[in-house]
Amino acid sequence: MAVVRYREALNQALREEMQRDERVFLMGEDIGVFNGAFKVTAGLLEEFGEKRVRDTPISENTIVGMGVGAAMTGLRPVVELMTINFSLLAMDQIVNHMSTIHYMFGGQAKVPMVVRMPQGAGHQLGPTHSHCLEALYLHVPGMLLAVPSTASDAKGLLKAAIRDDNPVVFIEHEYLYGQRGDVPDDDDHVVDFGKAAVRREGSDVTLVGVSRMAVTAQKAADILANEHEVEAEVIDPRTLRPLDLDTILESVRKTNRVVIVEEGWPHGGVGANLAALIQEQAFDHLDAPIARVTGADLPMPYSKPLEQIAYPHEPQIVEAVLATFRDL
Amino acid sequence: MSRWAPPRRYCAAVADVTEQEAGAELPDRDAAREWLEAMMLIRRFEERAGEMYAKAKVGGFLHLAIGEEATIVGAVRAMRDEDYLISTYRSHGHALARGAEPDRVMAELFGRQDGVSHGRGGSMHMFDLEKRFMGGYGIVGGNLPLAAGMALASDYQGLDEVTVCVFGDGAANQGTFGETLNLAALWKLPVVFMVTNNQFGMGTALERHTAQTDLHHRGDGFGVPGMRCDGMDVVETHEVIREAIRRAREDRQPVLVEAITYRFRGHSMADPEEYRTKEQVAEWRKRDPIAAFGERLVREGVLEEGEPERLDEAAVARVDQAVKFADDAAFPPPESLYDHIYVLGNQVQGWYSVDERSAGVHRGEDERALAEAELGPTEGYDEAVEAASREDVGTEKPTDEAQAEEDEAEEAES
Repeated sequence: MAVVRYREALNQALREEMQRDERVFLMGEDIGVFNGAFKVTAGLLEEFGEKRVRDTPISENTIVGMGVGAAMTGLRPVVELMTINFSLLAMDQIVNHMSTIHYMFGGQAKVPMVVRMPQGAGHQLGPTHSHCLEALYLHVPGMLLAVPSTASDAKGLLKAAIRDDNPVVFIEHEYLYGQRGDVPDDDDHVVDFGKAAVRREGSDVTLVGVSRMAVTAQKAADILANEHEVEAEVIDPRTLRPLDLDTILESVRKTNRVVIVEEGWPHGGVGANLAALIQEQAFDHLDAPIARVTGADLPMPYSKPLEQIAYPHEPQIVEAVLATFRDL
Repeated sequence: MSRWAPPRRYCAAVADVTEQEAGAELPDRDAAREWLEAMMLIRRFEERAGEMYAKAKVGGFLHLAIGEEATIVGAVRAMRDEDYLISTYRSHGHALARGAEPDRVMAELFGRQDGVSHGRGGSMHMFDLEKRFMGGYGIVGGNLPLAAGMALASDYQGLDEVTVCVFGDGAANQGTFGETLNLAALWKLPVVFMVTNNQFGMGTALERHTAQTDLHHRGDGFGVPGMRCDGMDVVETHEVIREAIRRAREDRQPVLVEAITYRFRGHSMADPEEYRTKEQVAEWRKRDPIAAFGERLVREGVLEEGEPERLDEAAVARVDQAVKFADDAAFPPPESLYDHIYVLGNQVQGWYSVDERSAGVHRGEDERALAEAELGPTEGYDEAVEAASREDVGTEKPTDEAQAEEDEAEEAES
């Protein structure tokens, strides 16, 4: 084990997979000479050269589309988009092409590629650089979706994503880039898709936290234990597609209460979807309505105080959990 | 390279073009005959596809390439087997020219399991990996980045392959056109961008949707040299595309080729063609690329008198066989609905897909096995299969069928 930052863990994953497989190459805006907008690709141009670490023009849709074409014909591209908001410019290639081609052509072509992008509020970047849009990508069948919240998962899931034969949307978090965590030294530290992590065991309520909110949910769980004698079980799904619903349901059958925490918008969100799945599968085990704590239903404001109340923090989660214990 | 320089308003000046002397030199006898056969196969295939659409054997949209056959065969015959071809939603002809089985292309139109895309793609989404026909694509301009990516993969792997990317004049106004040409030139990718200028983006005429109507000049600002050919002349198209491919392969240089052509039918079967005159269509039909090439081959002694007609009969027979194959082929079984969404490994974990019909049923880890056990054919499926097998299908007439009948009557007269 070594303690490394989330961004360094991602960097290790890219480096190791590029060393392991000649077909793996990187494309993205300012990933080479500039070392990446968030320094995830730092040093890789120097190590692997311009053929495999390709600075691109600002053409998101075409960068992703070129990745699709290259993946169909033998390579394993990893495309970096500077933020998830910019990925909207590539929606056509992601939804109409990348995720569709395997099915549309009857399984003849595979599209083994990864599109990486960071999301998240907290840096006062306003309404075009701050959102959490994993729900948009969860909506789309035909691709996998990862939302790592720890350095170890960032590395292990990215390695798994690069090795997978499916297209993967890999959503990182800007706040998490600087966070440290234990990461196995093992070159084959691969975290399988479709396996949730139980971050904290508890018997009173199930807290499901997505992306950075898995971290916030753990902090809220500590408050609940220390101040309210509520033992929360915290589950980090790690990948939303495939989704480890079994682990969540198992927890729900034990705790009989669920609070889902996400940074994205509430309408059509990850929590909305997950609440539907849970009530379909475990209705008889619920002692309270499924609660959601989400980002505010608005474009992210710039002003610091406003921004701080526009996405979930521990007190809101604590309040939502306590509400599930009140008499209806 | 191009011998044919059409005036700015091509349509009005078509008569000038018909006076043009035959241009580029013919290929050898066998090749010339094969090109004619390939064009005839596409023409007859498209005609029968239109008929099958009218009979409701074919669903969705159906975009026919009748009139554009020379652009297809001229380009594809300039390619090597290992080169990649990528096309648009008007791609039956590209699939056929590349060597896809007519039976399986027709079966795809019929939505059958034996279709080239196993009934998942339909008319707009043909594909044949073995023939390196890398697909028809329904999103205008969506295929350009893919083409550059394929060329990148060839270049990256040190392979001597070229990608030919076909799109229409309408697609040249998509953002991907500029983005992709820039990147292809920047990275010196071996790709030929072939804009099939049939002079209409759906129903909007070229001069109404594009300021610079000399489309081959539109690569200039991106560092992509342009060439133009008469897309009604298979020999000239071949010559120009061959040179473009040579430059892409040897000079590591993307090239933009504009092929001027005209589609004789509507944009799709659902097109009343109110945006152009019958006179204009009739003028262009005089330049029918198949008739012109057949006549030239007889005139120059490559084929005997009457031989084009015999080749055409063979094409009709081949298409008849394809229709029979498609009609007899089975629909994809209902339990295959979820096949090919994902490449599933040995260990399938978690929920990849949520099947709405399974609400209330916990699907567990291996949902596909459960799906097969729990879900039988639904009523809608059975009805669709039954409807398709009736002989009297076809209650709805496509809006341009009347036009097509008139066209055929006119042809019969002449």
